Amino acid sequence: MTLSVAITHAFAGFDLDVAFDAPPGVTVLFGQSGSGKTTIMRAVAGLLTPRHARITLGDTTLTDTAQNRAIPTHARQLGYIFQDARLFPHLTVRQNLTYGTRFARERQGPSFDRIVGMLGIDHLLTRRPATLSGGEIQRVAIGRALLARPRLILADEPLAALDEPRKAEILPYFERLQSELDMPVLYVTHSVTELARLANQVVVLKSGRVLQSGPVSDVMSDPAGLGDSTRAVGSLLNARVLRHHEDGLTELDAGGTALFLPRLDRDPGAAVRLRVAAHDVILSRSRPIGLSALNILAGSVKSIREGDGPGALVALSTPAGTCLARITKRSAAALDLTPGADCFAIIKTVAIAPEDIGGPPPV
Amino acid sequence: MTDWLGPAEWQAVTLSLKVSFWATILSLPLGIFTAHALARWSFPGKQIVNGLVHLPLVLPPVVTGYLLLLAFGSTTWLGGLLESAGLGLAFRWTGAALAAAVMAFPLMVRAIRLSIEAVDPGLEEAAATLGASRPWVFITVTLPLILPGILAGSILAFAKAMGEFGATITFVANIPGQTQTLPSAVYAFLQVPGGESAAGRLVIIAIMIAMGALLLSEILARRMAKRVGA
Repeated sequence: MTLSVAITHAFAGFDLDVAFDAPPGVTVLFGQSGSGKTTIMRAVAGLLTPRHARITLGDTTLTDTAQNRAIPTHARQLGYIFQDARLFPHLTVRQNLTYGTRFARERQGPSFDRIVGMLGIDHLLTRRPATLSGGEIQRVAIGRALLARPRLILADEPLAALDEPRKAEILPYFERLQSELDMPVLYVTHSVTELARLANQVVVLKSGRVLQSGPVSDVMSDPAGLGDSTRAVGSLLNARVLRHHEDGLTELDAGGTALFLPRLDRDPGAAVRLRVAAHDVILSRSRPIGLSALNILAGSVKSIREGDGPGALVALSTPAGTCLARITKRSAAALDLTPGADCFAIIKTVAIAPEDIGGPPPV
Repeated sequence: MTDWLGPAEWQAVTLSLKVSFWATILSLPLGIFTAHALARWSFPGKQIVNGLVHLPLVLPPVVTGYLLLLAFGSTTWLGGLLESAGLGLAFRWTGAALAAAVMAFPLMVRAIRLSIEAVDPGLEEAAATLGASRPWVFITVTLPLILPGILAGSILAFAKAMGEFGATITFVANIPGQTQTLPSAVYAFLQVPGGESAAGRLVIIAIMIAMGALLLSEILARRMAKRVGA
């Protein structure tokens, strides 16, 4: 079941004109504020009717302005997770969680106990929202959306209102959703970390237009695609936890190459996804020796892209996936880098921050 | 208490309570509906409706009473129709209740409207995304959140109805046992020599009822606010 969106709408001083598909899995709408992300979410939810729109979910037409048709919001079978949570202040946590269940058309769905257990909110059920912490509130909001038995999940910057520790607390729940749910999830964010950890697909928005869309590793490796967020350019490496060492490092297996990271809180065997920023990668033509960096990936140059500035972006094919390195044009020339050339990518262990390590790899 | 109050005074007090109670209870559904319409809907002629609702607040009460007499008097078409149906209003306590309701309506609508405007529309949106249709959103989200406002509006309307004089005396006159409410009785006692003590006792009762209503509303509002988590 795929969500298909096509919207054109004129605001004062701002035109929205977008079209994209969101297959089952997490599709991240990525862009700066004012790029039209929230408008798209509201249109999909039926909270706003654009001038021209055709929005379908599988066989169901949600909005079709050409036929003057729009299913009302309450009949769209959504799970909308708002940035400001919007829990009902007059109801207990339990009543908030079950609010949507009574209206749900779908009889089947994850049980109350399972959702509550997954989100770790069983001890909060009798409390009222006013007494909860920010992280707890957002977990209840996630649970409430899931228990409405939705066919589509809309998450509008669900972590933006939280501080860093709370974000780190909630992100794993979204990662679990990503792997457990078989429905489209539209996830709005302007955080590269969330993008790298959660997305299967990315739609990059800028000033009401789709700048680029596609699988996350393609989009993230394209400096043109990410718009203003060039610092976000990087690659996603797939790896598996091998063992934990006593000196505080965790050994990972990335397609046959050993990578060492600061202690990872995952069991051996777990699949993880690492975001490596392109400006944190150093290239070398020969296997370096006598170097403090622990992580060295062997590969061959796939492509070299030169921009207007002094920089160049080198894509390297490695057994762990495509690895991007941002170096100067001068270095590229000095190293005599050409497509097909053998090359080594060097990544400092500490360059990979814990918040850049995600759950299972994209499907 | 009946020893302390003469039968005429006692009658005026109970009649006033009855008139105000029914005036408040029966106008409440329309009051909530009107407040919701003014707070959340946009429709043509909204400003006219808003003006009509608030008119009794600014018109001289005598004028309102006279207009009611023109509309519902027993010689008019509408009055005759109600009379033949056994629902005549003119010179009856039911007429006093109508006059009190009309005069209290703007205060009730204003209080409820303010409380509706204070409800975050985002909560109503959230309820809709969870599958609640408009009536359900109102019953399960809006209504519980505006209960303190409804309460405040009702108490205010009740107090206004207890004190209503001008429109009542113009519309249904000042008939002891029928339409002589507490303020009308105070006025009547002050017109006759030696009526000051009776009027004084009624004034004390009026103050007690008003204070009691305010205290009750304060206590209830606090309890509700705690329940809402505000």
